[in-house]
Amino acid sequence: MSASIIVGLDGSEASGRAADAAADAARRHDLRLVLACVVPWSPYSFSTAEENERRTIDKEREAKSARERVLDPAVARLSAAGDLTVEGVVRHGHPAETLVSLAREEDAAWIIVGRVGQSRVRTLLFGSTPSSLIQLSPIPVLVVP
Amino acid sequence: MNTSLSSLQAATFDEQVNDVFAPISDFIVGIVFYSVPLTFIDEGVVLPLIVVWLVLAGIFFTIYLKGFQFRAFGHAIQLIKGKYDDPNDAGEVTHFQALATAVSGTVGLGNIAGVAVAISLGGPGATFWMIIAGLVGMCTKGVECTLGVKYRRVYPDGRVSGGPMYYLSQGLKEKGKGTLGKVLAVLFCIFTLGGAVGGGNMFQSNQAFAQAQSVTGGEDGWLGFGAAGAVFGLVLAILVGAVIIGGIRSIARVTDKLVPFMAVFYVIACLSVLFANFTQIPDALWEIIRTAFSPEAGFGGVVGVLIQGFRRAAFSNEAGLGSAAIAHSAVKTNEPATEGHVAVLEPFIDTVVICTMTALAIVITGTWADEASAPGVETTSAAFETVAGWFPIVLAIAVILFAYSTMLAWSYYGLKASTYLFGESMFVDRTWKLIFCIFVVIGASSTLDAVIGFSDSMIFLMSLPNIIGLYILSRVVKRELFGYRERLADGALLPVAERGIKPSPTTGSTAATTGVDGSTPNPPPSVEDR
Repeated sequence: MSASIIVGLDGSEASGRAADAAADAARRHDLRLVLACVVPWSPYSFSTAEENERRTIDKEREAKSARERVLDPAVARLSAAGDLTVEGVVRHGHPAETLVSLAREEDAAWIIVGRVGQSRVRTLLFGSTPSSLIQLSPIPVLVVP
Repeated sequence: MNTSLSSLQAATFDEQVNDVFAPISDFIVGIVFYSVPLTFIDEGVVLPLIVVWLVLAGIFFTIYLKGFQFRAFGHAIQLIKGKYDDPNDAGEVTHFQALATAVSGTVGLGNIAGVAVAISLGGPGATFWMIIAGLVGMCTKGVECTLGVKYRRVYPDGRVSGGPMYYLSQGLKEKGKGTLGKVLAVLFCIFTLGGAVGGGNMFQSNQAFAQAQSVTGGEDGWLGFGAAGAVFGLVLAILVGAVIIGGIRSIARVTDKLVPFMAVFYVIACLSVLFANFTQIPDALWEIIRTAFSPEAGFGGVVGVLIQGFRRAAFSNEAGLGSAAIAHSAVKTNEPATEGHVAVLEPFIDTVVICTMTALAIVITGTWADEASAPGVETTSAAFETVAGWFPIVLAIAVILFAYSTMLAWSYYGLKASTYLFGESMFVDRTWKLIFCIFVVIGASSTLDAVIGFSDSMIFLMSLPNIIGLYILSRVVKRELFGYRERLADGALLPVAERGIKPSPTTGSTAATTGVDGSTPNPPPSVEDR
């Protein structure tokens, strides 16, 4: 028996609609809602020595801004009705891979994401998060337009 | 008429810079490269003590740590792959990133120009001794970086930085040699400032200009006019200043991404030179081995060849100088020994792979013996030209990019040294960076001899306080490295995938909100192997 639904949030309108759809499903199936904001980060990227020195501060700052700008408003909005357990998580990493490993940890039934998140050029170059999720995820993925 | 007059004046400008600079350089070189004449071996053979100092340290630590650099290799690869990285540390500096930052600081002109100088002066046999120096240098580098992480400093605001100045002052204090430690730390910082403007700056801008001038048509090309060096230096100084003073990170980010590709591309270019002449590969290898041991000059010649190889290897991979310990120290780890493992890969990539590629290309095409090109980038360029006419242009781009990234790295080392000496302040920060940019211009305007001499001497001086510290702290390093390897062998340290626990979602990056009713999230389920 699964315990939760993972929603990938990036602050876009589509990801807001994904959160709404997830809230619906969570009510119906009595599941916990885990809102996840993944800060894109790669362990194999290249950085300068000065950036490395400040990395711990920058990580905190990125996490804080993701929480304040993206997560907290969404958590507040969805838990306002009082009938849902809503939780917010910030992680650093590859967006799709991180959502999948979070889904494992949280014993999720679905991963729900918005369709449009990034710019067209980025999607062309690196692939979109929904399409890599479909490739990677061991559980059903719901993509909300 | 007017232009010819201005170019005449400009020609004297470059010369003036050189005239002022050359005597200073000669004076310092004389002290640093104080050499013992070995007349009992052969007439005219001299042994620079500083080279002995560096190589002895490498040999001492290789024996003392029982060939650590060779045993560390496999585990180092696993570490940079991230097999031992805690998932909770995602977003922090990984082993890969620390290594990549350090490598982009060391892979520079030493790999292209320095190797050419070594072979032009010492013959093909210098390649062999360069590789040997690289292999022992791996151990010194591992020792430095272990200490760098162990004694690094975490500032109140969360910044992390380390380096010889911290292990000299802190580590020696623990050994009851606090005063000596402080003196050595200050000396190290002073020499680092010199090394940063010398090998980390002037040598780079000088050779970048030389290469740019030679691909645009030499003295007669559009970079052939008298003040070209100064103008080129000024443009380079503006680009450096834009990043380090102006904080335009995007330029640095672009070069950081280009440099690794350039390094790979450079190796491919060297390989294509080798393949184009593949019938001569056995001869070239034989020539390297033969001249490494028995050049025509007899035993005295062997020493001369050996010195050239060792000297250029040390200049290229910086093992024993302490600079890398600064770059490696920001890594996220609880085990200083892990960075010691990873750091051994740096001289390997730099010297054993990249320098050797350059050397083979030069030896196989025979350009090192060519009197027409001055020893330096031009020798390598001539070797590249034997394959295709446009190859030197690729080399020029690589040279300028390598030079630029090395300059950025050294401006940081110099900054750390100056803030250690004069305290953390905006004034110190800005003054140092401004001085650094001025030296970019001076470097591009000066002739090679003056620049190479000064660069070498200041960079090598860093090894004096650093290696004294390494000897005093050798027991500490041994305990760290061997203790870590024991725990690794006992199975106390497992790769993340085998640890059988998942990161707890309640630590670190998880938001505090758990839900309106205050319910706690479910405990994490058991691990699944990916």
